[in-house]
Amino acid sequence: MIKISNLNKVYAGGFQALKDINLNIKKGEIFALLGPNGAGKTTLISVICGINNATDGEILINGFNIIKDYRKTRSLIGLVPQELTTDAFETVWDTVNFTRGLFGLSPNHAYIEKILKSLSLWDKKNNKLMTLSGGMKRRVLIAKALSHEPRVLFLDEPTAGVDVELRKDMWSMVRKLQESGVTIILTTHYIEEAEEMADRIGVINNGEIILVENKDLLMQKLGSKNMSIDLRASLENIPMELNKFDLKLVLEGTRLIYTYNSKNEENKISEIFDVLNILKIPFADINTNQSSLEEIFVSLVK
Amino acid sequence: MNVYAVLAIFKFEMSRMKRTIGQSVASPVISTVLYFVVFGSAIGSRITEVDGISYGAFIVPGLVMMSVLNQSIANASFGIYFPRFTGTIYEVLSAPISYIEILLGYVGAATFKALFLATLIIITAHFFVPMDIQHPYIMVLFLILTAITFSLFGFLIGIWADGFEQLQVIPLLIITPLAFLGGSFYSIKMLPPLWQKVSMLNPVVYLISGLRWSFYGKSDVSLEVSLWVIFTFLVVGILIIKYVFKKGYGFKQ
Repeated sequence: MIKISNLNKVYAGGFQALKDINLNIKKGEIFALLGPNGAGKTTLISVICGINNATDGEILINGFNIIKDYRKTRSLIGLVPQELTTDAFETVWDTVNFTRGLFGLSPNHAYIEKILKSLSLWDKKNNKLMTLSGGMKRRVLIAKALSHEPRVLFLDEPTAGVDVELRKDMWSMVRKLQESGVTIILTTHYIEEAEEMADRIGVINNGEIILVENKDLLMQKLGSKNMSIDLRASLENIPMELNKFDLKLVLEGTRLIYTYNSKNEENKISEIFDVLNILKIPFADINTNQSSLEEIFVSLVK
Repeated sequence: MNVYAVLAIFKFEMSRMKRTIGQSVASPVISTVLYFVVFGSAIGSRITEVDGISYGAFIVPGLVMMSVLNQSIANASFGIYFPRFTGTIYEVLSAPISYIEILLGYVGAATFKALFLATLIIITAHFFVPMDIQHPYIMVLFLILTAITFSLFGFLIGIWADGFEQLQVIPLLIITPLAFLGGSFYSIKMLPPLWQKVSMLNPVVYLISGLRWSFYGKSDVSLEVSLWVIFTFLVVGILIIKYVFKKGYGFKQ
């Protein structure tokens, strides 16, 4: 759906915000773009949407070049910006219809009504934007982005500053959009969001894409697992026989932690238990947990 | 042509005019009435006629032109500056709309507002002075060309400005003085010969003179010269806008 080749962006002051970006985003997927502040996420979206110019490189959307065929490509794209940029004095109804008009579509009040209802904005349709809460303004920006029936939706930190309930509503809405065939590109600081929503994950840092991977594969590839063994009696030191497993003794000697790669079939779990039995070290509980995407992300951009 | 986009911008600007009806309409009309009272009645009682035209009627084209110049610039500059200021310009830039269409929307709306106000001022003037517009088509042509040209300049100011103060700088420091010194309230022929020559460097002289000709068939400068001047302004404005759009100044990084 989106093909980015050798994309570079150097700002007037000489700062290179994007460095030789190559990225393919598949039709109908939810792609999460992760990166620390200033990594280049918003710049990349701005260039794809036509808000900023690329220094060089090529971007194709559905096979159309974003410069030569800008009318076709922009018609396909909806953008929910990071900032709550709204025209304070306009009403919800007017601003959403304005966006639809900007994108070259004739008025369709039934469709706009459907969007506003789906975003719980219908009862606010005659309210001026300045009277709305931050969360409601965020919904309005989503309604505007959807007003022209886009096939690609960019959500630039869509749930920043919104409450848990609204965040979950948005996730549900994003899933519905995906089911209807919309390709979704999401940037977020909430790793939990990417973990929950994304099919694939891209990590950008210092203007470079450092990794693109299927989310589940990424978790498998890079996700280490921890096994905690809660002991019935505390140990002063890890017995010599257990040294080869590289265990950690924590919680005042009452818990052993074994870290292993979840994809590696040759882990030593059964051997550890064999040794524990031989040494007659009783244990009360066992717990395993996968490292989160956040931990993976932090390790990548370190 | 993305007609719906042009209409959307036009409608948006018109709704802004409706929201600020006092500032957009009442304020220029009241200012014009005050000009009639102060200049037409107070000073007009001492200067009975200029070029055979009653003083009150003589100043009407100048007042109309001043209003068109100021309103064209103010509306077009604010129209494009405000979305830049609030950040909502992202919508226009990411929409499937060409620069020409953006221009048609914003400049078209500013031109329409300026012409609407010019009409209101002419109607208002009728209540104060007896007036006869001898060449209405030329008057309409002149007003349209002037409104388009100065809306283009206003649009440029809106792209250039980095703050609300800068929006006011050119209208206050350049346009208003030029309009006052451009023969709005007097005939250039009333000045000493040296100042007559200096006045010819003021481009607004040609605009007021041309409009006055369309009203009364009399002017300081011939109609042809006035038309050439406004055409030249228009072409210069278009060329600058074309260059700015090509480079993306003020819009894109």
